[in-house]
Amino acid sequence: MDKLKLIIKREFIARVRNRTFVMMTFLSPLIFVGMIMLITWLTTINKGELHTVVLFDETGMFTSDFKDSDTIDYLDYSELTLNDAKDSVVINQLYGLLYIPNKASNSELANSIQFYTDESPNAEILTGLESVISSKLTDQNFQKKGLDIGVIKDSKAEVSIQIENFMGERTSKMSNYIKMIFGGAAGYLLMMFIVIYGNMIMRSVIEEKANRIIEIIISSVKPFQLMMGKILGTSFAGILQFFIWLVLGTILIFVLPYVFGLDASGIQTAESIEIPGKSKEEIQLILQDILKLPLGMLVTSFFIYFISGYFLYSSIYAAIGAAVDNETDSQQFMLPIIFPLMLGIYVGFFTVIDNPHGAVSTIFSMIPLTSPIVMLMRIPFGVPWWQVLISFLLLFGSIIFMIWFAAKIYRVGILMYGKKPSYKELFKWLKY
Amino acid sequence: MVNLLEVKNATKRFGNFTALNDVSIQVPKGSIFGLLGPNGAGKTTLIRIINQITLPDEGSVYLDDEPLQPIHIRDIGYLPEERGLYKSMKVGEQALYLAQLKGLGKNEAKERLKYWFDKFEIGHWWDKKIQELSKGMAQKVQFIVTVLHKPKLLIFDEPFSGFDPINANLIKDEILQLRDEGATVIFSTHRMESVEELCDHIALINKSKKILEGKVSDIKRAYRSNTFEVGVLTEDNDALYAAINDQFIAERADFRAIDDQLKMKITLDKEGTSNDLLQYLSTKGQVLRFNEVIPEVNEIFIKTITNNG
Repeated sequence: MDKLKLIIKREFIARVRNRTFVMMTFLSPLIFVGMIMLITWLTTINKGELHTVVLFDETGMFTSDFKDSDTIDYLDYSELTLNDAKDSVVINQLYGLLYIPNKASNSELANSIQFYTDESPNAEILTGLESVISSKLTDQNFQKKGLDIGVIKDSKAEVSIQIENFMGERTSKMSNYIKMIFGGAAGYLLMMFIVIYGNMIMRSVIEEKANRIIEIIISSVKPFQLMMGKILGTSFAGILQFFIWLVLGTILIFVLPYVFGLDASGIQTAESIEIPGKSKEEIQLILQDILKLPLGMLVTSFFIYFISGYFLYSSIYAAIGAAVDNETDSQQFMLPIIFPLMLGIYVGFFTVIDNPHGAVSTIFSMIPLTSPIVMLMRIPFGVPWWQVLISFLLLFGSIIFMIWFAAKIYRVGILMYGKKPSYKELFKWLKY
Repeated sequence: MVNLLEVKNATKRFGNFTALNDVSIQVPKGSIFGLLGPNGAGKTTLIRIINQITLPDEGSVYLDDEPLQPIHIRDIGYLPEERGLYKSMKVGEQALYLAQLKGLGKNEAKERLKYWFDKFEIGHWWDKKIQELSKGMAQKVQFIVTVLHKPKLLIFDEPFSGFDPINANLIKDEILQLRDEGATVIFSTHRMESVEELCDHIALINKSKKILEGKVSDIKRAYRSNTFEVGVLTEDNDALYAAINDQFIAERADFRAIDDQLKMKITLDKEGTSNDLLQYLSTKGQVLRFNEVIPEVNEIFIKTITNNG
């Protein structure tokens, strides 16, 4: 036990002292937050751009309906000839020209309006123009048929379906998205963790082989101890890194906006743009939804699946590291890791979100190699306890098996130099 | 003589390949035991079994009359042939880590390391990284780590490879001194001159089987061929050579001498004694050189392996 502690300590220190590790730890949050800032800022710039649209309205009905906004200035060139108007748009480098011809009927008019522009027009602007014209024409049509617009507007009914479950609790329409975000984030995080730290473990095994220190060490400790020490030591380094990322990221997200005043307003506009469609009540429902998620279950199962999934994969990584002499050779054994991980993520993001309790989702949340990711994604949607139990037992069993398997490969592999083993040979090693 | 280590009927198979076939050796306490054999004979497998890195399929190992157990790791010091150190770890930290893995306490390990670093005059390396040291320098550190915990049994696999002659000598002297202090040494190598120089016992392994084991002097006695190297001063070398060849099995030999003498290797039959030969020769001329040809370990090695091949 003391030896295991020594190994864990050494591995931890070796990882943490590594220059790349230190850089990644402190730069990643900066880069990440920087990216968010950049994107927000770019969006703000885009939003702030003012377009000038020239109107050429032969009917003269619409001019008063186009009102200048933050993003569009309207100029009325209806007095000129169409060609002059076009020319002046080109010469003055304006955004475009809206041509509304004079037609006999509204229905004919509706299909003959044109927008001249050099750029491919912004969809938002186009929709804006269309909706102005369309509501004006609709109103005119109503009037022609002798209907009172006031009455029509009064009789319009806004429908918003309220969602409620059978326990009588109301949920927001966002409920599914929230569950999706929670599950998706957890699953994705696990995959990233496995890939980043699994690779680290593999590299450190290869390093020991390449340095030829391995035989000196295993004359003092059991290969199994060394392998477990590596996995644990590297995981602790990983947990530390994640923790630092979390803290730094949070601090940066709150601090940076104050440092760059402009960006702060940028973030706020971004928020206010997303939310205006939803009422206060809706936002409250969202918060309620988050609180109503089985948070205890969520956190517990997150830890259980995170740790088990990580152990399952990192022992495979360790075995691969032991089987090869250098990182290039490891590529051929990557498939058994990458394939189930990808499968888990795809099943998670497509099937689970579509139908969290369907057959495909259920099966993949039972199969050990994909279950950590898929189950993590399913859990926010509420999974029957017996399914979680079966899935966990299967996972636990396969961890035991995989660690045993990896230890066998590891024990033989670390002393094999100079040849690139095939899968067939790996299975032979099990019998050594 | 008491044996420190006994391997009894060890067999190890890797798939269809038998790496060790029913091998037994006895390593007497306080001896320097040479483990010899061509490449791929199974030496490393045997050494790994003694170090509990691999378990034998059959057979057993006894250290000090106790069946080998994990606790014995601290009684064994092993310098493998494939050896190295963590490149980016500091020398001192690394030595401390490896010593602690062997079961030494931190403070004790530090003290002993200081002693050895002073002895080898490498104290200033403590904070250097291995990648800054040369191969020979790194090997000194490895040697220290191997012997630091004062093991009863030291196992060196090709210990001199990578050392310049000066350092090789330094290590050789250290090995001898450790032996004098009571340690038993197993020594696996291809370099026969160092075997000749150091070992008092040897075992020869070929094709996964032990084919020879014993005290070096006993083995030499068994392999002596009643051959003598002789130098005789005469008038006519060729005539004497022809005459001698009639009575004995002789061949021309070559060694350094001042006079132009007849140089020969003469092999007697089993009944013949050196005195008979000497008497005969003294009647033919002036005998300037007369000594028994003692078989070298190298010869024995090659001969045994060719015969068993």
